[in-house]
This record gives sequence, C-alpha cells and structure tokens, in this order.
Amino acid sequence: MSTPAPPQPPARPRLGVFKFASCDGCQLTLLDCEDELLGIAAELEIAHFLEASSEPVPGPYDLVLVEGSVSTPEHVERIRRIRADARHLVTIGACATAGGVQALRNYADVDGYLATVYARPEYIETLATSTPISAHVPVDFELRGCPIDRGQLVEVITAFLAGRKPAIPNHSVCFSCKRRGNVCVTVAHGTPCLGPVTHAGCGALCPTYGRGCYGCFGPAGTTNLPALVPLMQRDGMSEEDIGRYLHTFNVTAFTAVEEQGQPGTTEAEGPG
Amino acid sequence: MSDPTPRSQELRIPSLARVEGETALHLRIHHGTVIEARLKIYEPPRFFEAFLRGRAHTEPPDLTSRICGICPVAYQMSACRAVEDACGVVVDGQLAALRRLLYCGEWIESQTLHIHMLHAPDFLGEDDVIGLSRSHPEHVKRGLRLKQTGNAVVELLGGRAIHPVNVRLGGFHRAPTRAELRPLEERLRTALDDAWDTVRWVAGFEFPDAECEADLLALAEEDTYAIESGVPTVLRYGGTLPPHSFPLRDFTDHVAEEQVSHSTALHSRLDGRRHLTGSLARWAVSGHLLSPLALQAAREAGLGAPPSRADGGRGEVCRNPYRSILVRAVEVLYAVEEALRIIAEYERPARPYVEVPARAGTGHGATEAPRGLLYHRYVFDGGGRVTEACIVPPTAQNQGAIEEDLRRLVQAGLDRGEGSEAELSRLCERAVRNHDPCISCSAHFLELDIERTH
Repeated sequence: MSTPAPPQPPARPRLGVFKFASCDGCQLTLLDCEDELLGIAAELEIAHFLEASSEPVPGPYDLVLVEGSVSTPEHVERIRRIRADARHLVTIGACATAGGVQALRNYADVDGYLATVYARPEYIETLATSTPISAHVPVDFELRGCPIDRGQLVEVITAFLAGRKPAIPNHSVCFSCKRRGNVCVTVAHGTPCLGPVTHAGCGALCPTYGRGCYGCFGPAGTTNLPALVPLMQRDGMSEEDIGRYLHTFNVTAFTAVEEQGQPGTTEAEGPG
Repeated sequence: MSDPTPRSQELRIPSLARVEGETALHLRIHHGTVIEARLKIYEPPRFFEAFLRGRAHTEPPDLTSRICGICPVAYQMSACRAVEDACGVVVDGQLAALRRLLYCGEWIESQTLHIHMLHAPDFLGEDDVIGLSRSHPEHVKRGLRLKQTGNAVVELLGGRAIHPVNVRLGGFHRAPTRAELRPLEERLRTALDDAWDTVRWVAGFEFPDAECEADLLALAEEDTYAIESGVPTVLRYGGTLPPHSFPLRDFTDHVAEEQVSHSTALHSRLDGRRHLTGSLARWAVSGHLLSPLALQAAREAGLGAPPSRADGGRGEVCRNPYRSILVRAVEVLYAVEEALRIIAEYERPARPYVEVPARAGTGHGATEAPRGLLYHRYVFDGGGRVTEACIVPPTAQNQGAIEEDLRRLVQAGLDRGEGSEAELSRLCERAVRNHDPCISCSAHFLELDIERTH
C-alpha cells in the first residue's frame, strides 16, 4: 500500500518587479513597507526583484510591478517580453505612467541634450522620447506618484490578492487637504498650488508643510485647468512659470490636459 | 597588424542583483588572465544636466532629487548648497542643524538598507532579505526597525521618505516645533541599541582579505564628522598622512569626468588616478571626529582607531572593501547619536528659511551621500536661470576602483581554480555590493558577460 503524498501548500502568486528608466524610488517603496514587507513575502512569492534578491526566477508571473519609462530601443522589446510573461501588470510611479521627469526630452532637441551631457554622444543609444508603459503594452492598473505612496502600493497588492479593483480614488489633492484639516494655502496665503488639478495620493503633503502642490502625482481624473491658471497668475506666477510648474514630473500627462482638457493616460481597470 | 582572432567565448551570467539600479559587467579573460573588467553601465540617459538649463534657481533641489530614489536628501542638500553658494547665502544655526538631522535620517535608513537587505545576505549565504528573515529573523526585524526610524526622521522633517517635499533653498518650508520632534527621541533611543547590536552582529562576519588600491576622497570639516558640508580631502594610496585638501570650487579640475565607450555613466579620475569615496574614505579622512561612543563601537568591531593629526596619523585606515559594512554600521550608530543630540539642542528658528535672492554667478555644493561625495555646480544668469549644470555622483567616481577590485578578485578566483560562471558571478556580485553602488544615479541593467580567449 503506497502512502499518499503529503498535501502541498497552495502555490503563492508570483510577483515580479521590473525597472526601466527611473530613479529606483518606487520599487524602493516596496522595501520601505517595513511593517508589511514580511507579510507581503508570506502571501506572494517574490520571484523577480533585482533590487532585493539575487535569485531571479523566470516568468510567468501573476503580478508584475513596472517602474520607469520606455526610453531606449531595448526597452521597447523588453516591455513586450515582460507583458507576455505577466498575468496582471501594474505600473508604479510617474515614469511608468507618464514618462517621468525624463520625458522633458520629448519637448526638446535630444541631440542637443546628448551633446550637453556627453562628450561622445555617438556612444549613447536612446530614443527621442520617454514614454509611459501604456504607450507600448496594455496595462491593468496605473499607480501614480513621484514617488508612489506606500499605503496606495499596499492597497494595490492587497486588492490583487483579493481579486478586486484597488480602491485608489481619482479625485484631486484638494479632497485630501480638506480631510487633513489644512488651511488652503492659496486662499489663505496666496501661494500658487496645483492641488485642484492634481491626482490625490500623497495625503496633501505640500500644503501640510506650507508649500503649494507641485503636481508630482499628475493630473486628477477630472480637472479644470483653465480655471486654475488665472488664480496662479493672480498669485504672481507668469505664464512661463506656470508652464514650468506643469512641465516637470508628469510633463506628458499635464500637457495632454492642456491640449485636450483630459489626462492623457488611461485609467485602467483593476483585476477581474 | 593582423588580429590573431583567437577562439573567444562569450558567457552570460544571471543579472547581478541586490544593488540599487542595474548594470552589466564585462570580463575579458585570456589564457586564464583577466585582461579587463569593465562595469557596463547602460543608463538610459535621463539628461538632468540638460533639462536643468533654463530652470529657475529655486528648482534644482526638487528636480535633482529625482536622480535617485535611494538618496534624494543627498541630492537636495548638494543642490541647495550649490545654489546658495552662487547666491552668496550661508545657512547656519538651527536651520543648518535641521538639515544635518534630515541627512542623519537618510544615512540611518539608507546605510541600514544596504547592511541588512543588500550586503549581509552575502556573508550569511542567503539570496535575499527574505531568506535572511527565515535564518536570522531577529536581525532582520532589528534592521527593519532601524530603517523605519531613519525613514521616520526623513518623513517628519521632509514629509515623505522618498523625494521629501519640505526642503527649499535657505532651509525648509516649515520648521518643526520641539514638541513635534519629541516622538522621534524615543524611537532614536531604541535605535541606538539597535545600531549597537548591528555593529556587534556585522563584526562577527567573516571577512575575506582584500585591499582597495585607490586614493580615498571625502569631505572634511574642522570639528565634526562631515556629512552635509566640508572640504574635499584626499588620502593618497601609499601616501603619508595627513591628507591634503583642495577648494571645492576646484573640484572638477581635480575630479575629471571622461566618457568611455562601454558605459553611459561618466568615469571620474582624481588627478588622473583611481579613487574611492564613501564610508571607507570618510573613516580614513575624519574617523577621529566620530563620537566617543561610535569610536568605541569601531574598536569593538575591530576597526581599531582611525588616524588623526593628534597621533601623528598612526591610526588604522581600512582598505578592505568587505569591511565597509563595519564602517557603515558605525556610521549608523553615529547618525542616531547625532540625531538625538540635534533634537535635544533644537529650538525652533524664528523663520523656517533665509531668503536666497537670485543673482548671476557660479555655485559649488558637495555633501556626503551615504555612498560618497556628491558634487553639484550651477551657473546662473542675471535672471537666476540655470545656464549650466554639472553633477558628479559617487558611483561615477567609484567605478574605476570597483573595476580594479573586480579584476583582482576574478584573477584570484581563477588562480584558485574557481572558473565557473556561477563562482565568478558570485565573486563579482559580492565585490560590487561591497561598494554599495547606487547605479540608478547613473546606470541601468546588470548582467555579466565573460569573454574568454584561449
């Protein structure tokens, strides 16, 4: 009589974390989840996370987090391979969802940029643009922020494990500011603030510290930029100042708002 | 002349992990001799120095923090110092103390991250911190707690741990009250014990023999362990003490960047020689200015007493890159102590910042990022717009020394008969991680190519 094999524990979903052009800050956010990190590792098999582990496991992966923008010819190929290996793909941060700060090149002469930084530009392989992941492959969910918020990241992972859509509100920073009990920096102090048009998620940090929001989470779901611009001009900003303010960490997304009145990146659906 | 084109073999080895950012390594081995070890840093260029041009003088701190998510405070502090230098403003008193406190927070969390999550697994035969949490749970829990305390300091002062929002030219948007800082004290007192325990823990590791043959470069101050300011100071390899200094404004006359075909990160040389910045360099140049407690911890950890002018430079310089983890642990202890001292002496300044009016000029700024000296230079026009920016990160400076380390290690490995991909890869990974390179500052994508010719 043969002994039946002992029951195997159910396989944990496999997590892959991948990096494109970026500062590493959004994937570091995962390591900054000190209280949750070991719990996350118990629920998910961390199969590919080069910043943290030296034994990457090949795909497929159940959940893939992608940081960074597509900025080289090699990136274009690599994101397709990763997508093919990913059951569920979530972009994390402004680079992956809007091209990031390096997308400033999209509005400049890249050859001029190369010559500014490198004595031998011919050694450098780069695209003339820095584009979000969604410009190349379908994305299941986009988490905003430069950097992303730790609490929102934990929510995205929790929602994935529970098989539901992440509860990430699409409203503006103003909502968070009110909830936090802040006095409005624009109304009370005449401080220019992008809060009314910026996606919530940071917890209204800048107004809490007495400065105006500088838009690092990109545009909110619905915005009224034309109404905000005169207010910022009233508070002393020139048109050029406002342009630079909008054209920094989420330059492509705010440009889309300026041109079309709506955010350029898609608000993707959560897991089914 | 004809190329003999010997049979060459190209081997690919799994990506080098547990470094911040990604890069590749190319080894050329001919008849069992390492001809060349090159770190291939494939940074997709992000063009910071280019797009800073035309920006207002207030913008470099927030913008350059995005160069690195691991040490954003270092970028903010070097940028502030450079702009303020150009504008003729000196930030001192409690505002300077708050900046040092913020920087201590980054040192605590970043050095702790490196020690526990990236470096210690090498000494204990684990692949990562998750494996380590199974074999050494108490050490990982302590590391996470310590890192969290560092983050708490940065979050309280800066709003968030990555890309803090509260830093501005001349100081801060908002200065905390004494009462707001108080909860940090309790955590930092626990962290002091944790930091001591970390020093004792890493002191028990087994350290292979190695020596980094490079000049050491760190900032130095007269009377304090340099973190957020100082004068570039060099201890030559094989040279005699005391180290010599040069003015910060001459930095790029001494540390020259050159571009090489195999890497998008610029290589730096110090007066034409290989040099190393970071913990080992700081210990050599100003270790004697650490606190008595940190020096006691260093002695217990086997680092001996650092050289000082008082003892005629007879102290010990540590050149073994494996032992850099000891110096990092001692620096964490020191940073915790400094944070406690600054909080105890803190009085809220009347204003959170001093005005920094724009003017035409050139400014230089350098601070000690956890990984080493980080230099910024900006040139401004009369309207306060950036016309030129130059940023020299520590990893670009350390690259030459890391490559030399790799060449020697692989050679020694080959001489011992360890020639398999897996063995060489393991050796190289350890050697690179010893230096805690922050490759996101300059780089992308690490995998190992071995080209063998026979």
